Amino acid sequence: MDHPILNDDSWKDPIGQARLGINRRHFFGKTATGIGTAALASLLTRDGQAKSIGLPDLPHVAPKAKRVIYLFQNGAPTHTDLWDYKPRQAKMHGTPVPNEYFAGKRFSTMTKDPTGKLMLAPVEPFTQHGQSGSWVSRFMPHTASIADELCFVKSMHTEAVNHAPGISFFLSGAEIPGRPTLGAWLSYGLGIESENLPGFVVMTSVSKGTSCGQIFYDFYWGSGFLPSKHQGVKFRGQGDPVLYLANPNGMSSKMRRGLLDDIAAINELKFKQAGDPEISTRISQYEMAYRMQTSVPELTDISSEPQHVLDMYGPQVEEQGTFAYNCLMARRLIERGSRYVQLMHAGWDQHNSVTTELYTQCRDTDQPSMALVKDLKERGLLEDTLVIWGGEFGRTPFIQGDINNRPRWGRDHHPYAFTVWMAGGGVKPGISYGASDDLGMNAVENKVHVHDFQATLLHLLGIDHEHLTYRFQGRYFRLTDVHGHVVKDILA
Amino acid sequence: MRKHICRIVAVAFALTTAASRAEIDFSREILPLFSDKCFQCHGPDPKARQSGLRLDEEKNVKMDRDGYAVVVPGASSRSELMKRLLTEDSDEKMPPAELGRFLSAEEISKIKQWIDEGAKWGPHWSLTPIRKSELPNAKANPVDAFINRTLETEGLKPQVRATRETLIRRLHLDMTGLPPSLKEIDAFLGDEESGAWKRAIRRALAKPGYGERMAWDWLDAARYADSNGYQGDSERTMWPWRDWVIDAFNNNFPWDKFTIWQLAGDLLPNATFKTRLATGFNRNHMINGEGGRIAEENRVDYVMDMAETTGTIWLGMTFNCSRCHDHKFDPITQKDYYSLFAFFNQTPVTGSGRNPQTAPIITAPTPANRAAMAKTRKEIASLEKQLGQRARELARAQAAWETNKLDEGKLSPWKALKPVSAKADNQTLKILSNASILVSGKNPNNDTYRVSTKAGGTIHGIRLEALKHSSLFKGSISRSSSGNFVLTSFELRVGDPNSKPVKFSKAEATFEQGGLKIARTLDGDKKTGWGVWDGRIVDREHIGVFTLAEPLKLDKDTQLLFTLRHDSQHKQHLIGCFRLSTTDAPKPQIGSGSDELLAALSVPKAERNKAQANRVAIAHRNSDPAYGKLKNQIESKRNRVAAMEKSAPKVMVMKDMPKPRETFMLTRGLYNKPGQKVSAAVPAFLPKLPKGAKANRLGLAQWLTSAENPLAARVTVNRFWQMIFGIGIVKTAEDFGVQAEYPKHPELLDWLAAEFIESGWDVKHLLELILSSEAYRRSSDVTAELLERDPENRFLARGARFRMPSWMIRDQALAASGLINSAIGGAPVNTYQPEGIWEEATFGRKKYKQDSGDKLYRRSIYVFWRRIIGPTMFFDSGARQVCTVKTPRTNTPLHALATLNDITYVEAARAMAQRVLTATGGKASDSDRLRHASRLVLSRSPGEQELKIWKRGLDRARAQFKSDEEALEEFLNVGESKRDENLDKLEHAALASVCLGLLNLDEALTKE
Repeated sequence: MDHPILNDDSWKDPIGQARLGINRRHFFGKTATGIGTAALASLLTRDGQAKSIGLPDLPHVAPKAKRVIYLFQNGAPTHTDLWDYKPRQAKMHGTPVPNEYFAGKRFSTMTKDPTGKLMLAPVEPFTQHGQSGSWVSRFMPHTASIADELCFVKSMHTEAVNHAPGISFFLSGAEIPGRPTLGAWLSYGLGIESENLPGFVVMTSVSKGTSCGQIFYDFYWGSGFLPSKHQGVKFRGQGDPVLYLANPNGMSSKMRRGLLDDIAAINELKFKQAGDPEISTRISQYEMAYRMQTSVPELTDISSEPQHVLDMYGPQVEEQGTFAYNCLMARRLIERGSRYVQLMHAGWDQHNSVTTELYTQCRDTDQPSMALVKDLKERGLLEDTLVIWGGEFGRTPFIQGDINNRPRWGRDHHPYAFTVWMAGGGVKPGISYGASDDLGMNAVENKVHVHDFQATLLHLLGIDHEHLTYRFQGRYFRLTDVHGHVVKDILA
Repeated sequence: MRKHICRIVAVAFALTTAASRAEIDFSREILPLFSDKCFQCHGPDPKARQSGLRLDEEKNVKMDRDGYAVVVPGASSRSELMKRLLTEDSDEKMPPAELGRFLSAEEISKIKQWIDEGAKWGPHWSLTPIRKSELPNAKANPVDAFINRTLETEGLKPQVRATRETLIRRLHLDMTGLPPSLKEIDAFLGDEESGAWKRAIRRALAKPGYGERMAWDWLDAARYADSNGYQGDSERTMWPWRDWVIDAFNNNFPWDKFTIWQLAGDLLPNATFKTRLATGFNRNHMINGEGGRIAEENRVDYVMDMAETTGTIWLGMTFNCSRCHDHKFDPITQKDYYSLFAFFNQTPVTGSGRNPQTAPIITAPTPANRAAMAKTRKEIASLEKQLGQRARELARAQAAWETNKLDEGKLSPWKALKPVSAKADNQTLKILSNASILVSGKNPNNDTYRVSTKAGGTIHGIRLEALKHSSLFKGSISRSSSGNFVLTSFELRVGDPNSKPVKFSKAEATFEQGGLKIARTLDGDKKTGWGVWDGRIVDREHIGVFTLAEPLKLDKDTQLLFTLRHDSQHKQHLIGCFRLSTTDAPKPQIGSGSDELLAALSVPKAERNKAQANRVAIAHRNSDPAYGKLKNQIESKRNRVAAMEKSAPKVMVMKDMPKPRETFMLTRGLYNKPGQKVSAAVPAFLPKLPKGAKANRLGLAQWLTSAENPLAARVTVNRFWQMIFGIGIVKTAEDFGVQAEYPKHPELLDWLAAEFIESGWDVKHLLELILSSEAYRRSSDVTAELLERDPENRFLARGARFRMPSWMIRDQALAASGLINSAIGGAPVNTYQPEGIWEEATFGRKKYKQDSGDKLYRRSIYVFWRRIIGPTMFFDSGARQVCTVKTPRTNTPLHALATLNDITYVEAARAMAQRVLTATGGKASDSDRLRHASRLVLSRSPGEQELKIWKRGLDRARAQFKSDEEALEEFLNVGESKRDENLDKLEHAALASVCLGLLNLDEALTKE
């Protein structure tokens, strides 16, 4: 959106020209003498450059993390089958869920009223792992092996009971689509570091053979009312990862270079005549596009990855569009300067498939998630990279379906307690924070609301969530609306 | 952070204006400050209000509060407000630090000055009546009169007029979204007479492209798309509404009529198809087909969308803020919100189901089909007249026919066989009282009937009657949708079901359809048989007669077993009702028809009952070939109309339920938390509904466009201004509330708004007025000084210069290449898009099927818009999910990649090169070709330096392509259109690469 100068992120220390991107160097090279503050302000509001500097008052606090990789699990993973071990749930298997655990609560239209619904034991057994002794289900053997790196938040709760609103709430702070998402806020607040790659990248995947994929709406990585350059760039799961990246058939890179030089030369002439700074923005925009054409293939060329690294991510790592491939790309992206990478993996909506498709789902995500954390750690990147694994809500500890029909066992949407894990980036490793009740029904101890989670995440990146705001339609908006508290106890 | 920025701006600002500080204008300088910094806790929302102070109300601010007042007019030193702003005590300080809102010293001194000047109060500027002030210079164009006065005050020197080439391109891009053709450029350049500009404007506004250009912004505002959005994202067919919009702009619909038709065309006293079609406007919202969603929740969402869209487009107010509570800044109460909501809450839309076309809908054939349907209906009427005529003629000849028929009937008397049992493989057979057999049950593709009867005596022939029955398709003789059957085998066995069938020597029928002869039922071939279709749904009974090779002489009650097979490829072509009879006459004849007809014929005419009389008359008419032919013609024309009707798009429209729905305020906006009951009413802070106007959508629409409404004209004029100059007179086109920007040229905005209303809301008049101004015609070149003084060009000392919307960039490439398909309206098209975009977003549920041929080159407005994943070739577009009146304008590398690499542009460059080569001829120099190419995109010839660069580029491309023939072939093969093989390949490819460069120049992407 075209907003007052005051709100534009690019507005920063007008003296610090050394920090400006190429187009500005270019621009000042031509007209350094003739430009003053207001014109500079206007110039900085234009955004052809890939790089951008963040807000001048940031960071608000010392940042612990510089980058984020969010492994978003669309569809809502079942917390009591994976992370949140509740022996009583197994003991009560087949008996009705006690009324006091759900009285007055809203459930999806599929469950409506949980009265009489039978408790369903965890499908796989849990065991303790590592020095921390964290309980992890047999569904997730690989993740279990890095339990000492992880901080499990077991007292998450949210407000939405449907997927799209739930995901939107996690990523944008509002259930209705259209608000800026986490990555857009980070790009706006902290700026974009990479000259050659987008600062905010999104990749999606879905397990093969899953029957319950939810659509990846583009508002999950939208910039809302923030300038649209802060929008996430979706890397595709097939063909060129970036749309229109490849030169046209028959046009060699050399020829393209020549053509771009001609375009730039004529744009230079135009700039001399017309004096519009947007023209030099255009020149750098086209340069950046050219650079992306080489940096993206370089990014996706994994031939230089050592075999043991590829092996660590599992058999699907070389297959574009899989979660494993995306995890490796996420690491490569942040190595090359991207700030925020959002992987979205669909298929966790096990309404009738906790004994079937849940296995596929775990198989496809467990090993790559582990590998990513380990890989980052081995490269010394985990220290200032925050990795998050979690979905939009949890699943009912009681059954959806017929207790006598094991192959069709399922669990419905459940917003009142679920688990998310984090690793690296200033979070205490090897702990579990908060707790749900003895049936995994409700978060009861050290409850963490979605807005608290968001506030904490921003805090780790050096941002006070109450002070990262943007004025739109006359109102100052923020990611956490008017709520949210930083969960101090999990900070390292 | 904000403090920091404010300081910098304040400094820059102070330099120019502080010395000459005029009297403070409350609405312009103070109210926005209060709103931005204080209303959060001291504004219109009573729930958020602290200490009973509301800074939006004069009385409250100035009242005595036990010995002090927040503001004491004329005495800032005694005003509590100043104390609170200036104090260092953090408990007292306003605004509180934790709010993060700070006032600059400049702002505080403004408030002080305002108080000392008497604290004059006034309403927010956009809510005051529109005032047409006197023109500062009566001789100048009104736009210039205001703009020039400001420039003078500001000491800004206006730029010279842009070149004529720039002007004609600017005009055509602005008003048609397409570059001018070479002919249009030359016409303007050649017009040396005075008034040339005016003529150029009028020509541009008269082009059909005008409607398409204007419609784009309207579609963004109306959140138009070709699918519903959300999970499922079913396709819809709202495009006849889109075509209506284009048409309305092209016919220069006055804005009030444009408004009234779209909001309430169904409620107009003489509503027509088109006024109803226009109301599709309000049904363009998203529809949620997600499983588990509650219908009423959806319905409320839709109605909210209607109310909020109306609020944004006509009132420039952010109504959505008041779903849950009174507005924090503007005087919109929650009650106002639901009172506006109530106007739209009367639709019968239910909110349930995934049907992409939820009622109410209208069928909207294309104009061509509508004309064809009307013509065909007329022809039907005329044929029916002829048919009546023929029927009367036949009636006169009936007596003679009857005698004849009766005689025929007597030749071979038939005796019906009473079936003992009747069974089919796949259906149910029922024996009726008149000895006929009726078929029912599921309707299989093929079937075999087995009937057992008893008979005795001599039999020479068997008669099979196919009879009409009301339970069959349209009362015909079969269950197929043509009323026809194909009987593939007719067998008779005597006594033993395993015996050989008896032999027939001959078979005859009342009618045989082409090669489907009755004799083929006896040939043993499974595929062949007897059919009776004669061009229309079969509407009469048919008879087949089988003559036995040897007469049967039977004992009493001998069992006769009949087998009727239907094994043809024609599905469901099964006899629906039939009867079997025998005759002892040696030469069996078809006779007069069914027994019933014969019986009726035997009754003297005067004594026949109605059914009998009808039966005879119909049989007579059906025996007449001329009558049959007329019936066939009518039938086929009816089918054509029905087919057009069926294939016509359905458009969702507005309608009010006969019994009004009650409306309640919804607590926190939740559909299931109704509060106080409200009725339809316009917001209390605006003028009332005109006298006599009903409190329905029609009344609302009339009120919006009444001369008293202070907002509609201002907001609309501002949007047109934004379209032309890139930024509105009020920058916040979507918000004219207290938090809005104060208009840069307030008197001009009002003057234009007033003129707009006075002209009868004449859009073209308004545009012509703006386009005729010098302000519009200035060169967009900018000096460093001007850039410094007015970086965003708000004063308009220079012409507007900004990157065109992506859709316009595409249309420009299509136009320059000559590929463009200028057809107007019609179903949306799927143009080039990288593979797998829809599939990836929907897990393969939506498959993208690219169109081909000239559909690929239709203007962008006709490109299919899938709501959950819009066309990838467009960037910085409205998302078409909710009302958007201002689209972003950014420059990212991804945009450059699109215009450099998308097939659309590469193919356009190749076609453009072909166009240039063909137009300039084989002997043309490179310079000639480059000049021609440049004019196609930029409307101007290149300068010497540019020519040099391009020529060098051309040579380089020649060398590169020459050394790589494969690349050359590949490059020329991009896109579906065929190249002219007479052109030299190397020359073509080299020039095409330069054309791609031309299309990507900053100047090409920019309206300047």
